[in-house]
Amino acid sequence: MHNSPRNFKHNAHQALQDNTIRSNFRGAMDFLRNKRRAAFPDREDFEQLSAQGAAIKQRCLQKLPQLLEQLEQQCHSNGIQVHWAETAQQANQIVQQLITDRGGRSAVKGKSMVTEEIGLTDHLNQFGIDCIESDMGEYIVQLAKEIPSHIIMPAIHKNAEQIGHLFADKIPNVNYTTDVDRLINTGREQLRQHFYGADVGISGVNFAIAETGTLCLVENEGNGRMTTTVPNLHIAVTGIEKVVEFLADIPPLLKLLTRSATGQAITTYVNMITRPRQDDERDGPKEVHLVLLDNGRSQAFADDELRKTLQCIRCGACMNYCPVYTRIGGHAYGTVYPGPIGQIFTPHQLGLEQTKDLPTASSLCGACEEVCPVKIPIPKLLQRLRVESNKPSLRVKTENSDRTEPVVMHGEGSARRRLEALLWRVWAGICSRPALYRTTSWAVTRGRQLIPNWKNGWTQSRTLPKPASKPLHERLKNRIHS
Amino acid sequence: MQTAIKHYPSKPKKVYLYATCLVDNFAPQSGLDAIALLEREGIEIIYPQGQTCCGQPAYNSGYAEQAQQVAIHQIAQFPQPWPIVVLSGSCGGMLRKHYPTLLPDSPEVAAFSERIYEFSEFLVHVLKIKLEDNGHPERVALHTSCAGRREMGIREPGVQLLHQLNNVMLVEQAYESECCGFGGSFSVKHADISSAMLEDKTRHLREADIDLYVSADWGCMLNLNGAFEHQQQTLRGIHLASYLLQRTQAEPEPIDNA
Repeated sequence: MHNSPRNFKHNAHQALQDNTIRSNFRGAMDFLRNKRRAAFPDREDFEQLSAQGAAIKQRCLQKLPQLLEQLEQQCHSNGIQVHWAETAQQANQIVQQLITDRGGRSAVKGKSMVTEEIGLTDHLNQFGIDCIESDMGEYIVQLAKEIPSHIIMPAIHKNAEQIGHLFADKIPNVNYTTDVDRLINTGREQLRQHFYGADVGISGVNFAIAETGTLCLVENEGNGRMTTTVPNLHIAVTGIEKVVEFLADIPPLLKLLTRSATGQAITTYVNMITRPRQDDERDGPKEVHLVLLDNGRSQAFADDELRKTLQCIRCGACMNYCPVYTRIGGHAYGTVYPGPIGQIFTPHQLGLEQTKDLPTASSLCGACEEVCPVKIPIPKLLQRLRVESNKPSLRVKTENSDRTEPVVMHGEGSARRRLEALLWRVWAGICSRPALYRTTSWAVTRGRQLIPNWKNGWTQSRTLPKPASKPLHERLKNRIHS
Repeated sequence: MQTAIKHYPSKPKKVYLYATCLVDNFAPQSGLDAIALLEREGIEIIYPQGQTCCGQPAYNSGYAEQAQQVAIHQIAQFPQPWPIVVLSGSCGGMLRKHYPTLLPDSPEVAAFSERIYEFSEFLVHVLKIKLEDNGHPERVALHTSCAGRREMGIREPGVQLLHQLNNVMLVEQAYESECCGFGGSFSVKHADISSAMLEDKTRHLREADIDLYVSADWGCMLNLNGAFEHQQQTLRGIHLASYLLQRTQAEPEPIDNA
């Protein structure tokens, strides 16, 4: 597997040949779908709750600039220091500088997709800072020197046998087993040591509440609480779209998030972090920092339709239900966020040129939109990205320089092929002129024996469809209408 | 995806038929059978000769401008206020759900989209059809296209119609709601993934141990029947209109889907 969306087609091809990947993902997706289905037994209830969730996220996105300022002020008055990062590189530097300035050498990290997005662990390693993943799935992935294949279940591409072998190979004095409880215990024992010694705990954020300056973080293993309470320094990193306006916005969003992700009514741990340790308190970090990351989000924000991408609460239900993701698994995408949400989110980070195979890698079946807890119209957004990919590059000059900037998205127009564009123009000409359409139809049906049996993508698993001997409109030509 | 609550009119005297370009060029018998069935119910069918394609292929491929051009042409072919019965859930979704986004702020387009009914939806909710089954006992599966299911909500009407047939045993195939892998240009641009989805879908249908499957979408059926032929399997699907007509005729006639 190559870690770039440029290799998507190659990666997908490889993954489809791999029976272990296909059966691991099919089994895991069945499991997660059943969990979610049991958590939302009533379709109407889900529709109501998700409409509420969508409305909250839309309202908060509409006020995003004000809410971010409010969040910063509230955090500041609570004693949480806020940092702004426009790019992944800036975010990495901020985190590394905070650690280096305090003489830190070792970090534990809670499960966080945004730190995967910026490649934080590699960056810290370059500066001599160890960074251990404390979520069990992430720990497994890190041990195997891989990347997560799912945003909620990072190691879902592995089965118990594979994890048993990995632990036996990589951890001293551990014997091979497929007993899941024993595997988990091995992981816990290893991680516990790291918590004691870490100089800094790094986490993501599920919701940042502007009203109170609170960071809300959900998790099941307790590693999130350990990460954010044991070390003296806690650094939270999050995308700017995670801000919500009110504390009261949290309950409906939490209900939707945990039920959609793992089918749980609530996670084992819900952390609400509002300030560092006070003088009269016995535990908690002495310093809390929040890094707010843009990294392409403001490009999506600038367009009313594309802005809906930012409604995402990262539950992963879209991938669980996606027939493409289920077949090829998460690594094939070559992106940090795989599956449908990755297909609409990543183009804003990497540009459409690198990601041009992602918008087309969908049959637009709509399974993702059907289960999305905040009603993101993913198929419509994929269709929109196809428009952006194929449009003739119209570029506008910026005010102060001759440099040209894309109108809507970086890399727009990069998938446009002259021949394809020409074919669609011809097609539209035929389909909007009945006489021409009928002539074409006549030629295709009368010449049906002459159509060569082209070998192409279609014929690798189906025969070419054969036109009828005479089209319907000809058979109905003499109908008399009153 | 919320399907807006649709208010159905009482039984009209006349309807337009929107056959779709696939029925027109690949499966005209489905169109003839739909007409025969609707006429038997006392409906007069108007078939505008100027209709072509709904524009979905261009729309889904990211060529919105070309889709607009074709959409404007289709709308002009249906000037009277009669309901428009569409022989495909997928094209129905294009005409009802996507036309108003493709051509926004137009009362004319909105009114056109309001008049769109997919065939099985029309039979159940507008005609409230009663079917009498004259066929032999058979095991049948229903394949509903993704757009038909999620944009038009036509799985339920399809099931209702098949349940009215006393000798038909409706069997639910595994992963019934999962996509067959067609998706228009997706099946060519991402042929490997599409084929993997198709292989699973055809296997699930075969394993359902059915005599045939029924669908209201020729897009999926060209994909599925083409795959069965490629696999040298005998299982085939036929359009719901043909199946209903065949089962409810006094003397069942063999169906020609050429």
